Order: sequence, then structure tokens, then C-alpha cells
Amino acid sequence: MPKHVISSLDLSKEEIELIFDEADRYEKLNRTSKELEGKVVALAFFEPSTRTRNSFDSAVQRMGGRTIGFSSSEGTSVEKGETIADTVRMLESYSDLIVIRHKLDGAAKFASEISKVPIINAGDGKHEHPTQALIDLYTVRKVKGYIDSLNFCVLGDLKYGRAVNSLLRLLTKFKPGKIFLVSPQQLRIRTEVKDTLNFPVIETDSLQDVIDMADVLYVTRIQKERFADEIEFEKVKESYKVDISTVNSMRKDSMILHPLPRVNEIDRRVDKLPQAKYFYQASLGVQVRMGVIHQVIGDSR
Amino acid sequence: MSDKELLVTKINYGTVIDHIPSGRALAVLRVLGINGSEGYRVALVMNVESKKMGRKDIVKISGRTVDEKESNLITLIAPNATINIIKDYEVVKKMKMKVPSVIRGILKCPNPSCITNNDPEAFTKFVSISENPLRIKCDYCETTITEAEVIKQVL
Repeated sequence: MPKHVISSLDLSKEEIELIFDEADRYEKLNRTSKELEGKVVALAFFEPSTRTRNSFDSAVQRMGGRTIGFSSSEGTSVEKGETIADTVRMLESYSDLIVIRHKLDGAAKFASEISKVPIINAGDGKHEHPTQALIDLYTVRKVKGYIDSLNFCVLGDLKYGRAVNSLLRLLTKFKPGKIFLVSPQQLRIRTEVKDTLNFPVIETDSLQDVIDMADVLYVTRIQKERFADEIEFEKVKESYKVDISTVNSMRKDSMILHPLPRVNEIDRRVDKLPQAKYFYQASLGVQVRMGVIHQVIGDSR
Repeated sequence: MSDKELLVTKINYGTVIDHIPSGRALAVLRVLGINGSEGYRVALVMNVESKKMGRKDIVKISGRTVDEKESNLITLIAPNATINIIKDYEVVKKMKMKVPSVIRGILKCPNPSCITNNDPEAFTKFVSISENPLRIKCDYCETTITEAEVIKQVL
């Protein structure tokens, strides 16, 4: 059976450490290797994406492989009514690995049940985005040197955010300190995700109450379409904005992460502060995804 | 119940499902895929007195037995039901029931964005996470559903 990466929960601690070590190794090699020579990776992006798609594309090419695929359903046979199942059947015969992004929850899992080649979930609806979570924790490891015992404060849309789900689930493989989940009442983490965690979480709607305890502040975007009332959205948006004064209440050695794209939940003036690590985080995307691909189809040296 | 009080006659060969929560007999038949067109003689008793349950439903199906898979599915809507297989007017087997660990088809995921509601080849698959109270989880999108939702769907 091929090895798939659908959920953070699919990965063991050992596999995560291996991916991180590989990412370190690729960095030392200037992110080049020849291990995918002659191999083809399909990038099946049914939903648009900039960062994820390009960093997977770059990762494959840097490993000596080639990519095929599409970057939205538009203009493909999917638009003509082809099902996911049929698209996967086609792609598996053209490629050695399929990276899939889809707007429907559970699409990656469904694809993995059809495909004979491995599937990597690059985001399925509001469900999971495990490679993003690997980048997040890899960044923490690069900056701090360790993950265990650190306090995490996760801010924003915790109900519909797939990156948040995957991050919290990836943390179950470690021994984090306190986990603060800060969101407006209507965007709290879903029970089905909370039930899969093996650590207690502290849920609050006040960032001010917990910000000084965070080692890692993980900011996510709150989308307007989640609110029925625009005034309510504006209020919430303001109260969760990370600006200079927010950072002033943070520990000096803490860091701010964001899966990006950022709109205005982090004030641009924060970008220059030492705590701002979100662009550094994005820059590590390629080597981490190289590590994931290595884990799934790379050569065993 | 003594023979005198029987609302319907004993059956020669088939299945008697007793201790169904009152009002759910039709749902039991639905889980079994019986709608009347199959030709089985089916006796259905609803809201009769029960020492244990106050009121209960009973279903008797002549000419058809139920297998283990079907009896496990019945636990979803009638957790305390007893299922007796009858041959020559005698109980030859009492089915042991437990909530199935995997439920394929039958139920629909309530999440409209779930793949199972959007691809003709993606059939629902639920895994049991808790038997009492009943909670099952969609294997694709992880939406959990409770007994109330299951009953709403089956009824």
C-alpha cells in the first residue's frame, strides 16, 4: 500500500523528525538533489493556491523530478463534469505521486482510496493541510531549537482553518507547554478536532489575557464570509489585529508565525520586529516539502 | 407475554425484533431495506406496554432472517433491541448486537462540503467513536453525528 500523507495524525514522531532532518540536509545541499530523476509528480490543484503549489513545484524540480497538473478546475475536464475519482485514475497512470488540493472536506482521503500512487494532501476544504503544519513546527525548531515545552497561542479562525487543525494535531506528537486558542465565540475549534488532541487547550476570546505567556503566536486570517453581520466582522477584525502594541506585550524571545496569505491581521510595521518570523517560515516551505516528498517516494539511501 | 395476549400470531420461520424504542419500528424496517414490495409477511406492533421500557415496538418478519451486519445496524436506532431468529416456531438464535465499527452507505454525512455529498463514487463511511451515547464520525471529513441525527436520517 502506498504511503499517503492525508492528516498530521498519519505521521509518527519519528517520521516528523526524519522530515525535519531531511529539510536541514537539503538546506545544506542548497536545496538540490537528483533523487527524483526520471520521476513525475502530479500537482492536482482543484482550488487555487500560490505558495503551496509553487513550493511543491519548486521542491520537485529541485529534486530532479518533473511536474504535471493543473492549478484550478477551470479549463480542465473537471469543469466538464469529470469526477475526482476519474481525474485521480488518470493522473496516477501519468505520475509517481499526486499532490492534491481541493475545496471539499475529505477529498484527499477519498483520492488515496482510489490511487495506486501516494497522495499528499495539500489542503482539503476546512479539514487539513499537513505539510503547512510541518513547515510551521519546522520553523519553530529552526528558531528555538526545540518544540517541547513551548507555549503556543493560536489566533483567528479556528473553526474553518485547516492549517490550524493540522498544526494542533501535529503538536500531539510533541510535548508542548500551554496551548491557548484565541478566537471569537463563533469561530472556536470544532469538537471533532479538539477530541483528537492529547493535551488540554485554553479557549478564550481575549488575546490580551494570554499574549504575554506565548512563545509562539500563530496568527490566521478571519474571513468576512464567516460573519452574517458586517459590523460584527469589523469589530472582531480590530480586536484580533496584531500590531506594535501587541508585540510589546509579548516575550522578547517569542515569535509570530502566519501560514499566509496575510491581509491585515498583522500590521505591516510588525514585519521589521525580531518576533516576526512569518516570511522566514514561508521561505522554509520548499525544503520541508522536499523532506516530505523524500519520505513518500524518495530514494532510501 | 403469554400466548393469549399476542397481538399477532407466532411465526414459523423468520425474525422477531423486540424491545424497539416506541415509534421506531418503521426505522428498523428501513435499516433492513424492507418496504413491503419484497412480499414478506411483516407484523408491526407499535407502542405496546413493556415492563422494561414503558412502551415499545415489535417487528415480526416471516420468511426472512437477519444477519450479524444487519443486527449491528439496528443497534444504531434501537440499542436495546433483542433479535430472535425463529425456525419451526422456536427461537433458534439470539443475535448478539454491538454498534458496528464501520457503517457504509445507509447514512448521509450532514456536512454539505463533504466529499461524500459531492462525488458520485464517494460513498459514506462512518466509524464508531462512542457506543453509549452513540457517536459516529465521517471517515472523510470527520463530522460527528449523534443518535438523534442518525434517527432523524433513518426515520
